[in-house]
Amino acid sequence: MKARAFSYARPSTVMEALEAFEGCGEDASYIAGGQSLVPALALRLQAPQLLIDIAHIDALRGVELQGDWLRIGALVRHCEVLSDPLIRQYAPLYSEAAPHVAHPAIRNKGTLGGSLSHADPASEFPAVTLALGAELEIANRQGTRRVAADDFFIDLFQTAIEPGELLVAIHVPVVRPGHRWAFHELARRRGDFALVGCGILAEFADDAVENIRIAFFSVGSTPLRARQVEKSLVGKRLDQAAIAAAQALVGDDLDPPDDEQVPPAMKRHLARVLLGRLLGQIARQGS
Amino acid sequence: MNALTPFDRPNSYIGRSVPRPNAKRLLAGRGRYVTDIVLPRMLHVAYVRSPYAHARIVSIDAQAAREMPGVRLVATGEDLAKLCTPWVGTMEHFKGMKSPPQLPLPIDKVVWSGQAVVAIVADTRALAEDAAEVVSIEFDELPAVIDIDAAREPGAALISPGLGSNLCFHGKIDTGGIDDVFAGAAYVVEEEFHFGRHTAVTLEPRAIIADYDASERQLTVHHATQTPYQFQDIYARHYGIPESRVRVIAPDIGGSFGMKLHMYHEDMAVVGLSMMLGRPVKYVADRIESFVSDIHARDHRVRARMAADADGNILAMDVEDVTGIGAFSAYPRTSVVEGNQVYRLMGAPYTFRNYRADLQVVFQNKVQMSQYRAVGHPIACTVTERLVDMIADKTAQDVFDIRSQNAIPDDGYPCTSPTGYQFEALSHHACLARLREMMDYDGLRAEQAELRIRGIHRGIGIATFVEITNPGPAFYGVGGARISSQDGAVIKITPTGDVHCLISVTELGQGTETIIGQIVAEHLGIDRDRIKVITGDTETTPYGGATYACRGAGIGGETALQAAKKLKANVLAVAAAILQDEPDRLDIHSGWIVDAATAQPRIELSEIARIAYFRSDTLPPGTQAQLSVTHHYAPQGYPFAFTNGVQACHLELDVETGLVKILKLWVVEDCGRVINPLLVDEQIRGGVVQGLGAAFFEECVYGDNGQLTNGSLADYLVPMAVEMPDIEIGHVETPTLDTQLGAKGVGEAGTAAASAAALNAINDAMKPFGSTVAQVPMTPARILKALGHI
Amino acid sequence: MSELVNVTMTVNGNDVSHNIAPRHTLADFLRQTLELTGTHTGCEMGVCGACLVVLDGRVVHSCLTFAVQASGSTIETVEGLTERAVIADLQEAFHQRNALQCGFCTPGMLMTAYSLLEQPGVPSREVIRDALSGNYCRCTGYEAIVDAIEKVARDRAAVAHASAPEEVLG
Ligand SMILES: Cc1cc2nc3c(=O)[nH]c(=O)nc-3n(C[C@H](O)[C@H](O)[C@H](O)COP(=O)(O)OP(=O)(O)OC[C@H]3O[C@@H](n4cnc5c(N)ncnc54)[C@H](O)[C@@H]3O)c2cc1C
Ligand code: FES
Ligand code: FES
Repeated sequence: MKARAFSYARPSTVMEALEAFEGCGEDASYIAGGQSLVPALALRLQAPQLLIDIAHIDALRGVELQGDWLRIGALVRHCEVLSDPLIRQYAPLYSEAAPHVAHPAIRNKGTLGGSLSHADPASEFPAVTLALGAELEIANRQGTRRVAADDFFIDLFQTAIEPGELLVAIHVPVVRPGHRWAFHELARRRGDFALVGCGILAEFADDAVENIRIAFFSVGSTPLRARQVEKSLVGKRLDQAAIAAAQALVGDDLDPPDDEQVPPAMKRHLARVLLGRLLGQIARQGS
Repeated sequence: MNALTPFDRPNSYIGRSVPRPNAKRLLAGRGRYVTDIVLPRMLHVAYVRSPYAHARIVSIDAQAAREMPGVRLVATGEDLAKLCTPWVGTMEHFKGMKSPPQLPLPIDKVVWSGQAVVAIVADTRALAEDAAEVVSIEFDELPAVIDIDAAREPGAALISPGLGSNLCFHGKIDTGGIDDVFAGAAYVVEEEFHFGRHTAVTLEPRAIIADYDASERQLTVHHATQTPYQFQDIYARHYGIPESRVRVIAPDIGGSFGMKLHMYHEDMAVVGLSMMLGRPVKYVADRIESFVSDIHARDHRVRARMAADADGNILAMDVEDVTGIGAFSAYPRTSVVEGNQVYRLMGAPYTFRNYRADLQVVFQNKVQMSQYRAVGHPIACTVTERLVDMIADKTAQDVFDIRSQNAIPDDGYPCTSPTGYQFEALSHHACLARLREMMDYDGLRAEQAELRIRGIHRGIGIATFVEITNPGPAFYGVGGARISSQDGAVIKITPTGDVHCLISVTELGQGTETIIGQIVAEHLGIDRDRIKVITGDTETTPYGGATYACRGAGIGGETALQAAKKLKANVLAVAAAILQDEPDRLDIHSGWIVDAATAQPRIELSEIARIAYFRSDTLPPGTQAQLSVTHHYAPQGYPFAFTNGVQACHLELDVETGLVKILKLWVVEDCGRVINPLLVDEQIRGGVVQGLGAAFFEECVYGDNGQLTNGSLADYLVPMAVEMPDIEIGHVETPTLDTQLGAKGVGEAGTAAASAAALNAINDAMKPFGSTVAQVPMTPARILKALGHI
Repeated sequence: MSELVNVTMTVNGNDVSHNIAPRHTLADFLRQTLELTGTHTGCEMGVCGACLVVLDGRVVHSCLTFAVQASGSTIETVEGLTERAVIADLQEAFHQRNALQCGFCTPGMLMTAYSLLEQPGVPSREVIRDALSGNYCRCTGYEAIVDAIEKVARDRAAVAHASAPEEVLG
């Protein structure tokens, strides 16, 4: 298990990185924390000619409150997501998901930007990003653009990031009073990719749901919003009947792949159970 | 921890928890594993593997690989066949067993997906992998034989046409009249059990360095194995090198569990590659290769019935086991031993006399299956213990009561099982009583009932077991396998009065060297820290069986004990000559020759050694000091030393998700004389966790085409710290009278019954729902299916 | 394409500089180039934890980092922590409790324990098990490892809280 040979570049600005990519005929990979990429290289599933190490680009770092938005640099590591006070205060769903992401040593190296760019449908952060309605700032040689999370995750390991582009930062609308949230996943062992997981951000008015975003992961080729469920809950109080009705709908929102070990029926069942538990949790936050 | 105090009898180490002297090196990062070893001019090998489970090799084009940077040799099956004679994994005492001849690399066809086909030797492993990518092999795919039933059907594709069928072995046991017993029984329960394939996943993968020096015809192999003598024999015979010129060194080994005592094709090839190149060649299986080449274990489907009378007395068992072993039987221990132990250990704790069993061992296009920790035990135990619980259900008996009622009485020994196993002395009742008290069984049952009302579903499972240890030559030797069941030790006193003990049992982290040191220290009469135990080198240690089937303490320990006594007699003879006294009036305490009656020090051992080695002129004429001894010990008496015990598992099942929290495990175990409780308990804990791995997580999953679909450590789930419980251990000690030491084995006890206890606990938890499961691993999917959720 | 690159870092307090292929992982660099074989590899894909080292103060997998990425960093391996005697109490507790058998996982376990115990407070057994969630051990069944770490955590806390040396001895 040794990677194929490659060259290595260590740019210190976004522009240098973008140029390095272009300069090698696009047969390059960016590497951030390397926690997903290195295994792929070791298994020779990927074999770029050039590895562009973006870990030393200062512009990709840091967590900062910018008005109603929290800007999280792409290089912010999972362990920082777990402990950062600004994230805990303004985008707490990330903090709650972070302990479920892999293991301590992987969290010490893996980056939020890497997780979102990699877009593993079983990953926690992409679903949380979706639930939070975040926007992703992407740089190319022409400049930067912001893509809504809803438009970001396109397919299995495929995002709105075009070849050669860099994810620079994640912009999260900050949580406000009246927001409630919950996150949980069902996994066979601590730190495993989940059988099914879900993050919910809801806005309440007079104890009724005004807005709700429910994002599941590990149930399809991308993180998925349970849109029918969301629709069914708007305007409702989260009582047992509403929760049960929502649970009945969730199967249709999901698209689990065929898998003998974890068959689609099981994923749907677990999603129903998880949804019930999380909505119950959110309901209790009101009291 | 009970540290030694001055009040103890000197050198009384047996029975004491003492830490392992040789562990300090490992803690400091100074272990030396084969993976760490670098020899001058050493090369590295990578293999090109078959993507097909069953295919004819049409052609191999390796020219491009030969031209890659750093490549020193590209070798195929034909190249190696010129050096290495084929091997066949059969033993004579398994009547009618068949298996095809094997070679390091295949010549005309591949029989499992992942089989090594071409070897590339290069300056580094990375360069070898680069070259492996450009080898092109043309295969002609054949129908893959995967399913154990389809494999036995007439007209099935044959893996080895020369054998005439895909059946490796068919065994039967029948005490007679079984159908009548079942017909007349008040209760009959039956179940079909499935035991998934799993594998050892030692943390250090397989590793080997072969170094052939043509100038001396000397082969030196650094091999991460538990059985160096066995491999010395194999390399010598199959490569035609005199045995005296084959040295196998087993240094620190990163886990073995039975997996590292089988012949692997890649390992055998490495020897030939080194002979071709005249240079050291190293092979370390990477984790992906481990999954498709290390032996797998289990893979049994058992249909079993149990009959009982109206009072819950078990009358009979009727068992049919079919097991899939891969494309051939493993060498040199075969792949029938597991099935053989499955169908002979069924019902072993109980008194019933009527038994019928049918064992079919089937070839299929998968990785080879062979012995791994607790060979056969978990299967026999799970089947028996689940059926016992089912009888208890029928008769509305408590799970403890039915076991007490049916287990062989503790004073009922010696006796013989219906399958022919001879039990010297076991202690099921003492163990059951001890367990019941340890776990506060009645308290747990009360709590269970109360929690059930609140929708919390806990389960309690009990499993009684019998374990095979200390095997004599009846295990392998009688079958014609050149696997020793005896061990040898050399103990020598150095000029300063220190002691070296070279012994044939090997250290795998289980603490062999420590217990041998304890035994020698106690029986010689010196301090433990003056003894150095040396293992794992065929050139320096005497010939022996080494480590398999729980024999290190029982057989190796007895060897050391007898050797130490012999040496002590020699020392006392010299001492008596020097002191002008009688040997039997002298003793040795803490390195001093003392007066046996008064313990009064007379002369220091180091002084005896000094005189013997440097001033023999001062010894009385005719005295020849023998301060080294060689001693061998082969077990006699009972063919095996059986041990026994009972385990209990307490868990909580989330009945909505199928996820399980294992709350606690208890083990009461009787391994005879306990030499070092600290080490024994850790053997049990480690074994239990392997059993729980099998119960809940571990399974080699194959697709219909014979592809292993979860062959990486990310996909194959091993038990990890968060999911594993604390494990409480109790002991009952029934020493074997076959040896002076009285020790039996303990390495497999934990694994033997943990999955059975877990399966019974899950079924107990599901009882309110009328659901049952009879398959391991008990994955959430299987549990949810049992509960009717999916 | 596969030219050698210079890699310079501080390993166990020593400045080292080597020209290596960029595809060399930090694990291979430590084990093969620097002969620091206390760091083990059990899976080479981040799952087993045998290869953990301290990189710029954080425990990471040396199999999931190329040595070039770590150029300019400070690394500590089990050999370095042993020499500095900062894990002597952990090593002693592992030894006394027999929290290792084959020892192949042990350096990684010590790394995790070292970093866990850098944090304030005495971790519960659950927290210890959680911290070990990425460290595979096939031999021990984990309990002894948890015991050993727990003991050191308690002992360290006792020492930290003791106001007078006599109390420590008591
Ligand atoms: C054993 C193990 C268990 C794991 N368990 C989990 C888990 O439970 N949940 C989970 O979510 N993850 C898990 N992971 C993955 C881990 O979280 C990764 O860290 C993360 O997915 C990728 O982040 P990274 O910084 O390491 O990215 P890298 O590995 O460096 O990169 C991943 C991909 O993203 C690209 N990329 C990275 N950064 C950028 C950027 N800024 N702009 C554009 N492209 C970029 C890279 O080119 C590459 O293709 C696990 C990993 C391992 C090894
Ligand atoms: S070798 Fe790095 S985690 Fe296994
Ligand atoms: S002690 Fe062997 S893997 Fe942990």
